[in-house]
Amino acid sequence: MQLSNKQLLKQPLNKRQRTLLVCIGLSIVVCVVVLTGILLDENRIATNLEVRNSPPSLDHLFGTDWLGRDMFSRTLMGLSLSIGVGLTGAIGSATISVILGLVAATMGKVADSIVTWLIDLFLSVPHLVSLILIAFAFGGGFKGIVLGIALTHWPSLARVIRSEVMQVRSLDFVQVSKKMGKSRWWITKEHMLPHIIPQMLVGVLLLFPHAILHEAAVTFLGLGLSPQEPAIGIILSESMRYLSVGMWWLAFFPGICLLFIVRMFDKIGDNLRMLIDPHHAHR
Amino acid sequence: MRWQLTWNIVTFLFWKAIKMASLLVAISFISFLLVKNSPIDPIQAYVGADMLNVSQEQREKIEEYWGLNQPVMEQFMSWSSAVLSGDLGTSMIFRLPVSEVIGERFLNSIALMSVAWVLSGVIGFSIGILAAMNTGTWIDRMIKWYCYTLASTPTFWMGLLLLIVFAVWLNWFPVGMGVPAGVLAEDVTIMDRIKHLILPALTLSIIGVANVALHTRQKLIEVLSSDYVVFARARGEKGFTLFWRHGLRNIALPAITLQFAAFSELFGGAVLAEQVFSYPGLGQATVEAGLRGDIPLLLGLVLFSAIFVFVGNVIADLIYRVVDPRTREGKSYAVKQ
Repeated sequence: MQLSNKQLLKQPLNKRQRTLLVCIGLSIVVCVVVLTGILLDENRIATNLEVRNSPPSLDHLFGTDWLGRDMFSRTLMGLSLSIGVGLTGAIGSATISVILGLVAATMGKVADSIVTWLIDLFLSVPHLVSLILIAFAFGGGFKGIVLGIALTHWPSLARVIRSEVMQVRSLDFVQVSKKMGKSRWWITKEHMLPHIIPQMLVGVLLLFPHAILHEAAVTFLGLGLSPQEPAIGIILSESMRYLSVGMWWLAFFPGICLLFIVRMFDKIGDNLRMLIDPHHAHR
Repeated sequence: MRWQLTWNIVTFLFWKAIKMASLLVAISFISFLLVKNSPIDPIQAYVGADMLNVSQEQREKIEEYWGLNQPVMEQFMSWSSAVLSGDLGTSMIFRLPVSEVIGERFLNSIALMSVAWVLSGVIGFSIGILAAMNTGTWIDRMIKWYCYTLASTPTFWMGLLLLIVFAVWLNWFPVGMGVPAGVLAEDVTIMDRIKHLILPALTLSIIGVANVALHTRQKLIEVLSSDYVVFARARGEKGFTLFWRHGLRNIALPAITLQFAAFSELFGGAVLAEQVFSYPGLGQATVEAGLRGDIPLLLGLVLFSAIFVFVGNVIADLIYRVVDPRTREGKSYAVKQ
């Protein structure tokens, strides 16, 4: 393709192109991780007592645990599960924040103060504590954790969207539209929503790291996904019992993979924001 | 002037108190409903494995004794009136009054959190300054990279790494617990306590550095590009003197308020760090309460954590109002108009 063309290679890419390239590259990596996690069959993590507790080797890149399960496969499966939970939670959260942000900024003063009060309410308890409470209320498991993440992570994005809509509201075309007798709902739908869609996309991507880290944390504490599932939090909390015997690979590799994935999403989100919203790029 | 300032603060605190009260009422109501909604049966959680020996009759008696057969709203009213009179109920797992459990655990936690809070504040502030004074160099890039990476690091994983390196490989610190196992309470020395505190506190501080550092860096870069610094540079000031005369005061305040406003994250981090090192603090109590269905304790902890976070936020606001001469003058100016 183009890469073989030396002329093109010598020409330095501009910042926009580089950002796009980084985005695409990182997205491909994430997709590969998710796909392999889904496609790996259960046999890969079957109990195999002959190779128990073996440190990392070429056969088992991340070593094996006390049941002889291959940690590399378990980590990949855990990652794709965590990404799924994180994404669902982040999207749910973003939906809530878009609705509330729009309501606050367009429905008048009373609605605005109610939404601000709600934001304060949800920020006033530490995330982890409210996650524990919600997970407890729904009896743990997938439902509890996704609901918990969706219900606790929206306030920061809602604030951003609210101020964004407030800005758009004072612009000329909205004023004209109002004078022409369009209804509030119509203006919101036709003029406001298109403006905040980019913000929302970036918001989901930047919410995602928090969502996935909190998912792993709550699962680690034992209130999240059930122990049968190969989630990263489960793997790490199980590994705690074997750390004092020196089996460091049980905790090290899954954790660092989680770190990489989270960092990648963060990077994609930052880059996308730079492309969409150059004014705030330096922040 | 002086009177004006005090008056401002009093009205400010008054409104804050009202807001706190409204939030606390809402939080207790919502959490009560959530907990009631839970599929975990409180009687089973209380009795535990002996549940098979409990007959239907006894069960109903317990329900009646606890008031579980009444409508939810009535239960809420009786619980909240008890809370208002200072009675948070009895913890099921510790078999002690909830306020006592929280008080004791809070002492442990506050030791851990304050050490981590001060450490992360000081270190974060310094490396933020270091990065901003050397913008664009490898120092700046490294610090930035470090902070962004830390922001994506799971707290508990960091704790596990420290545990592997310092407790298992190097054997410098004990593996967990607040005090050595099998030692009587009166024999525990202050050294023992400190030893058990270091690793969890270190975990929290390593993670907590990122926020302050990035914020300080950002602020200082803004200050350094302002007119008065450009003028000072033109006069020949540079390096540390320049920072000391024109930078420090401008960035110290936002950093301090940020630290106070970060109480929520500090609490969340403490939950994880305490769990990893099985340090007997508030966070561990929260997890235990959630796992074993100790409803009174869980509700008490939710309320307590909300107050804790709120106090942090109020202090942050107050510092801004009292210390920063600009907001003070701005306020009185606005009042005069």
